[in-house]
Amino acid sequence: MRAVTGASASAATLFGFAPTVGTATPKGKRAVVVTFGGGARDQETFMPEGQENIPFLLNQLVPQATFFTQVINRGILGHYVATASLATGVYETFNNFTAVPPQYPTVFEYFRKDLKRPATDTWVVAPSNGFNRIGESGNRAYGGGLGAGVILPKRLLASALPKSSRDDLYDHLLRDNYETPMYTPQLKGGEAELHAMAELLKLSVSDFASHARSLASPDELSVYIAKQLMRQLAPSLLWVTLHDIDIAHSGTYSLYLEAIQRTDRLCAEIWKTIQSEPEYAGKTNLFILPDFGRDSDEDPGGNGFQHHRTGDALSRTTWMLVMGPGVRQNRVVDRPVQSTDLVPTLGTVLGFSPELAQGKSLNEIG
Amino acid sequence: MLPRQLTAEQFSRYPPQARSIAQAHIALFGQLPLAFLPLLLRELIGYDWKFPAECKELDNQFTYLSPLTPEQLEKEFAAFAKLRLSPDLEQIDWVNAPAQFSEKLSAHLWATHQIDVFRAASVEYIRRVNAAVSSAVLPMRRLGLVAIGRGVKENGRPLFRKLRPEGVYFKDVNPQGGKEALFEVLQRRAKMQPLAFGHWYIDGGESEITADGVTCLSFHSLDALRRTLVAKMRETMQPGGGGPEVLRTLLAQTKPEELGLSGSGEEAVMNRFRVSVLTEGSGTQLFSTTFVQWSAREALRRAQPLTLLTRYAPRQREQSMRELLAGTQTQPELDAAGALIDADMNAYYTWINQQRLPGAEQAGFLVWFEDHKEAVAIGPGLKRGTEDNSAISLREILSQIKT
Repeated sequence: MRAVTGASASAATLFGFAPTVGTATPKGKRAVVVTFGGGARDQETFMPEGQENIPFLLNQLVPQATFFTQVINRGILGHYVATASLATGVYETFNNFTAVPPQYPTVFEYFRKDLKRPATDTWVVAPSNGFNRIGESGNRAYGGGLGAGVILPKRLLASALPKSSRDDLYDHLLRDNYETPMYTPQLKGGEAELHAMAELLKLSVSDFASHARSLASPDELSVYIAKQLMRQLAPSLLWVTLHDIDIAHSGTYSLYLEAIQRTDRLCAEIWKTIQSEPEYAGKTNLFILPDFGRDSDEDPGGNGFQHHRTGDALSRTTWMLVMGPGVRQNRVVDRPVQSTDLVPTLGTVLGFSPELAQGKSLNEIG
Repeated sequence: MLPRQLTAEQFSRYPPQARSIAQAHIALFGQLPLAFLPLLLRELIGYDWKFPAECKELDNQFTYLSPLTPEQLEKEFAAFAKLRLSPDLEQIDWVNAPAQFSEKLSAHLWATHQIDVFRAASVEYIRRVNAAVSSAVLPMRRLGLVAIGRGVKENGRPLFRKLRPEGVYFKDVNPQGGKEALFEVLQRRAKMQPLAFGHWYIDGGESEITADGVTCLSFHSLDALRRTLVAKMRETMQPGGGGPEVLRTLLAQTKPEELGLSGSGEEAVMNRFRVSVLTEGSGTQLFSTTFVQWSAREALRRAQPLTLLTRYAPRQREQSMRELLAGTQTQPELDAAGALIDADMNAYYTWINQQRLPGAEQAGFLVWFEDHKEAVAIGPGLKRGTEDNSAISLREILSQIKT
């Protein structure tokens, strides 16, 4: 498939110099996972005509990474359930629009249980209230208190704002779900959580609200929070789910492209932060991958880029970039892998055993 | 309930034509698998408000299936019959609520990793039906006309990148009288081949013409309808009002009368179409570019017009979905440049959808950057992937397409 889309060819042209290996993995390994969400197609990213949308990935990140050109998602193509599948290493089958925990243990639980890590050592920054259960599964052997802290930046922002100001200056940051725009599960405890988080991140509520005003999108808000987390708590396992790209559901191609360009820039910003923060520099692996693609133009059952409903090859096949210590730079892996392979690979890198995950650790990493 | 338990009385709530067809095919229905029959009924239940072309497509399926022996039917639907369904699906009133069944079936197939098998079975079934039923010769070649970029003064972005390989890229079109030329072609063709729902004009702003035999649809003409619908959506999505699934079901069940639309005959058919565009199309309620593209897609898929003119207008600038749905801005700010990018891609989709219809190899297509010098023309006599730098009028290009 990649031969057809040109993704492997385009990647190959980028790698003009001999592969090198990053610095040896030191102790105190860390990992940051970024989902290039929600749902981006090859033709707007790595195919020749899409490369103009991802200059940071192409020119800055790919040359330093091992690039998997065929990451296949065989599960349900809804953002929450697909992200949960990425986080458990098992294709979860729950209803995408229900606020339920994943059925299988998450990567955060494996990490904390096996490595005996405290709650503050793993965090998820998620785009909307619909993701609020992503940090901890319903699995009896794990679950209960072993998961990650989940931060929903938009919810924090909404709590930080006086109600009167929510509809104008900040509303562009508060949008929640593009497929069903008004779907926002109601969560309790917003204000108490806000102050607890402000305390944890050493960020005043007013500074947070004031900074948010300068941001253009929900994903920028998420990355801002992720950086705060990295500076203040330096979690060993951080998961950032980006979601601006899902504006595609509105059918506006220009907004979809803008979101891809923004996400590209934000990924580079995260890598830059990793390199500049002493707790992360030289000991952190960054994994960037879309949760899945979007429908092809040719499938009569879909409407092109707008949705991800057909389950066709383009909507199921994406890519993954892995960077950091122990990862060979400038390398392209064309063999097909599955999105459920992420958790076992994280297990290899960080040293835990995801025993219920169905995927396999990628031997090109670690 | 399973298909073999069906009786004629169970279709008593169907509209007259749909009921009559259903009751004439009870024996056939009883032999179809549960993974297929409700989907056929989902189409049949709306038969009385379908466009002539889609009625014919449904009739074709009955023509294809009716003569088959039980053994042949078993073979025909073997792939559907092999799908593992949950007992819950049998409990749904799939005769009267086939759309709800379809939603649940879809969720089940995704959850049980059977969606790919289902898709393949569906594609193969439709291929066999189409191969078995000879398609009628079109009374005239099909023609698609698209005008994009209204309101854009300057554009630095290359246009028509996806369509250029399919035809001739004209770089020095005289924009003078271009719009009028498009309207004239549409009206002339409607007069030459008067056909119910055979010639369409869809505009992202206000309709600029009305003409006998031309089905007109515009974004602004549905303003009131859009507002009513968005209010309904807002109500449903309030805390306690339901969730996205409730919303989807509610929208699917919305009838034109509930939104203040009335009429009979062709007007009733169009009312159903208007409501379906706004309830089934994501973003159509908010963005005029999405409205035009989705309407064109549905018109082509369902009505299969001989002529389709779509004309894009600036869409409103991005606001948060919440803000858009709340309608807090009375005079939305417009984004003509963004609309141009949207429409450029949408024109490609309209061409793809046109090419899915019978007579594709003879069909003509024109996309023009309105009031500017660029256009692409596609048709049997036009050399693919070429450029034409000569000064030319839109009328001359239209004559090259042989409209």
